[in-house]
Amino acid sequence: MATLAETPTGRAVTVRGVDGSRAFRRRLLEMGLVPGVAVRIVTVAPLGDPLQIEVRGGQWSMRRAEAAQIAVDGAPR
Amino acid sequence: MTDCHDGAEPASARETGHPTVVLAGNPNVGKTTLFNALTGSSAKVSNYPGITVDRLSGTLDLPGGRVAEVFDVPGTYSLNARSAEEQIALDAIVGLRGARVPDVVVACIDATQVARAAYLLLQIQELGARCVVALTMIDEAKLAAPDPRALAALLGCEVVAVTARTKRGIAELTAAIDRTLRTEPKAVWRWTPSPALREHLDAIREVLPGSWRAEARHGDPRGDDALALWSLLCLEPRTGSSDDDELDAPDELRAAVTARAIDRTLDDEAVLARWAWLDREIPKLVRRAPDRSRTERIDRFLLHRAVGFVAFLGVMAVVFMALFWGADPLIGWIEAAFEAIAGAVRDRLGDGIFTDFICDGLIAGVGGVLVFLPQILLLFLFLGFLEDCGYLARIAYLMDRIMRSMNLHGRAFVPMMSGFACAIPAILATRTMERRRDRILTMMVVPLMTCSARLPVYTLVIAALIPGSALTQALLMVGMYLFSVTMALAAAWVMSKTVKPLKAKRLPFLIELPPYRWPRGRDVVRAMWSKSSMFLREAGTVILACSIALWALLYFPRELPAGSPDYAALIERAPTDEAKQALDAERSALQLANSYGGHLGHAIEPVIAPLGFDWKIGVGIVGAFAAREVFVSTLGIVYSVGGDADEGSEPLRDKLRGATKPDGTRLYTPLVGLSLMIFFALACQCMSTLAVVRRETGGLRWPLFLFGYMTALAWIVSFLVYQGGRLLGFA
Repeated sequence: MATLAETPTGRAVTVRGVDGSRAFRRRLLEMGLVPGVAVRIVTVAPLGDPLQIEVRGGQWSMRRAEAAQIAVDGAPR
Repeated sequence: MTDCHDGAEPASARETGHPTVVLAGNPNVGKTTLFNALTGSSAKVSNYPGITVDRLSGTLDLPGGRVAEVFDVPGTYSLNARSAEEQIALDAIVGLRGARVPDVVVACIDATQVARAAYLLLQIQELGARCVVALTMIDEAKLAAPDPRALAALLGCEVVAVTARTKRGIAELTAAIDRTLRTEPKAVWRWTPSPALREHLDAIREVLPGSWRAEARHGDPRGDDALALWSLLCLEPRTGSSDDDELDAPDELRAAVTARAIDRTLDDEAVLARWAWLDREIPKLVRRAPDRSRTERIDRFLLHRAVGFVAFLGVMAVVFMALFWGADPLIGWIEAAFEAIAGAVRDRLGDGIFTDFICDGLIAGVGGVLVFLPQILLLFLFLGFLEDCGYLARIAYLMDRIMRSMNLHGRAFVPMMSGFACAIPAILATRTMERRRDRILTMMVVPLMTCSARLPVYTLVIAALIPGSALTQALLMVGMYLFSVTMALAAAWVMSKTVKPLKAKRLPFLIELPPYRWPRGRDVVRAMWSKSSMFLREAGTVILACSIALWALLYFPRELPAGSPDYAALIERAPTDEAKQALDAERSALQLANSYGGHLGHAIEPVIAPLGFDWKIGVGIVGAFAAREVFVSTLGIVYSVGGDADEGSEPLRDKLRGATKPDGTRLYTPLVGLSLMIFFALACQCMSTLAVVRRETGGLRWPLFLFGYMTALAWIVSFLVYQGGRLLGFA
C-alpha cells in the first residue's frame, strides 16, 4: 500500500488511514487528516527531511518517518 | 490580583463578583492581538504555576460598568492533551485544578481555517461552556470568509467578526460577551456515542473527582460526559517521572481508565464523528479555499534548497550580530553608568565597609543583572518578530534534520545560536519549544556554547601564555568556538541516550507553517517587555543575591594575615602616587588571599593542581562565578595590578608570563593556558545561568545537574589535556 512518504512532491492524494502510536494518530486525525481528505507534499526541506505537507488549506512540517504512517490512495506504485 | 490556581479560591463569578472570560483558539489566529485589543493596558504576564508557559491576564469593561477578568489560554488545536502544557487549555476552559470556572469562553476562529478552528469549538461546546466566537483574519480570508450570521446559526452561539488591529468589532464582541453571560450553560454534542462508548462514558463519569463534576462547576451535567471522554482518550498509566509531561489526574480516575483497556477505535469514533459533522456543514458556508499564493511565493524563495539556506544564514547572521555587537554599546553604557553611580556614592559616603557593600556589592550586583537586559530585549524582539511573521516555524523546519541527529528539537537552533552571545537570553528563548524534555535538554547544552563572557578570559590567556604569531592565536580562538559547538552537540546526544528524563521519545514533529503575516509592532514590543521584566523580577533577584554573597566571600574577613606590614602607614609615607598605588594593590592582593574566597582558592588547589592550576587561579575561578569575565579582574587583584585590569592589561600579562614556581620554572606554561581555556569552555562558571535554569525548570534538580556535569566534564577534559600534554613532552 502506498504511503504519503512515497508520494511525489506536488501530487494530491487521498488519505486512506493513519497508523502509528495512539497519541500520534489522534493528533493527525484531530488536525483533520482523516480518511477521505486530500493531502499533498508541497516541498521537501533542503536536507531531505522533513516534508512540507498541505491538508485542508493548512501547511505543516512533518517528518518522512511520520508521513510513512499515512496510507494514501492515488499515488503510483 | 492573587494567583487563581491554588484551588482554594472561589470557583466562579458568583462568588467573586467579576465574571471570568477566557480566550481560546488555535495557534497563529491573532489571539494575542485580540487579547490586547480587549484588555488594553490592563494586560500583564505571569506564569502558570510550576511551568513556564506565559499566562496573560487583564480586565475588560463590560456595558453597564461591570468588569470582567480575561485570561488568555495557550493556543491549541485540540483539548485532548498530549503534554502538561496542553492540559492548561483544558483546565482553563473547564475550570479544573484550581483554575477559575470561566463564565464565557471566547473561541477565536480563523476565517482562513474555519473547519480546523471549529473542531476545537465543538470540543468546548461538548464540555458545556458558554461560547462566543470571534471570527479573525477576515481581511486575509477575503471571499473565503464565512458569513458570520450563517456561522452563528450553525454553531448555535454569537459570532462577531473582528479586526483586532483596527479594533473593528471589539465593541460588538464585548456586547456579545455581556449577552452570553446571561445565558444558561448548555453542553452541545453534534454526534451520538455508540453503545460501547456510552457504556465506557457512564462508568468513567462515576469516578470523576467531585471538583470536576458539573454541580461543582455550575455547568450542564452533560458536560461530564465530555470530561469522561477526555479521560478515556488521554489518560495513560503513570510513568513516575516528573519530567514526562504527564497529565495530572487523580489516581483513581487513571486506574479506572487503564482498567478499561481503551484502544484506537474509541479515538476514531470521537474524532471522526466530529470531522464528519464539520465536513458536512462547513463547506456550505465556506465555498472557496483561502488564497495562500503570497505565502507560497515567499516560501518558494525562503524554503528553496539553495536560496532558502542562504536566506536563513542571512537572517541568523543579523540576529547574531545584533546580539553580539549591537548590544555592546548598550552594555558599555550600563556598565559605565553603574560605575559612575558607585563612584558618586563612594565620594559621598567616604571609605568603609558599608560603602564597599553599597558600591561593590549592591550597586555592582544590580548592574550585573541589568547588563543582561540589552541582549535579552534584542533576542525577544527578534524572536517575537520571527514568531509572529511565521518564519520561526520555518527555521525549525529547515534545521530539524541537523538538530534531530543530536536528538534536539528543530527549534533548539535559535537558543543554541543565541548562546554564543549569552546563555541567559538563550535559556529564556527555549520557551519557544512546547515540550519540557526538549526545553530541558536544550538548557543543559546551551551553557557550553562560547558566550561573550568567555572572550576576555581567552583573550588574556592567549595573549599572555600562548606563543606564536597573531594568526596562530586567531586560529586558536576559532578553534575554541568549534570546540564548544562540538561539545554542546555531543553532550546533547550523549545525554539524550543516557539521562532518563532527557531520553528521546518517538514523539511526532508536527509544526504548522502558518501564512506569512506582517507582525504588529505593538504586540511584539509588548511581549518583549513583559518577558524581559519577568526575567528581572524572578531571575534578577536571585542573581543579585548571589552576587552580593560572592562579593562578601571575596571581601571578608578584612584583617590582613599576621605579620603583614602596616600598609596605611606605608602608603602615608610613600613618596609618589605610583608608589602609593602599588602599595594599595599589594594590600588588596593580601586581603583577597586572606578572604574566605582566597581560602577557598587554597582549599581547592589540590583538586585543580592536576589541571596545572595554582591557588591564584583557584581564587579567579571562585570569583568568576559572578561572571566569567570577572576572572580577569580577580587575577588582576591577586597579582597586585589592581582590580580594574582588563584582558588588554600589559602589566597583568607580564605578571602571568613571569610567575614562577618555587623551583624557578615557569608557572603558567602554554599547556597550562590551554588547560585553563578548556576548563573555562566547559565549566559552568556562571551563577546567573544556574539561577535562570532554576527559574525555568522550577527546582534545584536541573541546575545542580547542569553544574555537576559541566564541572566534571571540564575537570576531566582539562586533566586529559594537561597530563596528556606533559606525557607527550610539552611543559
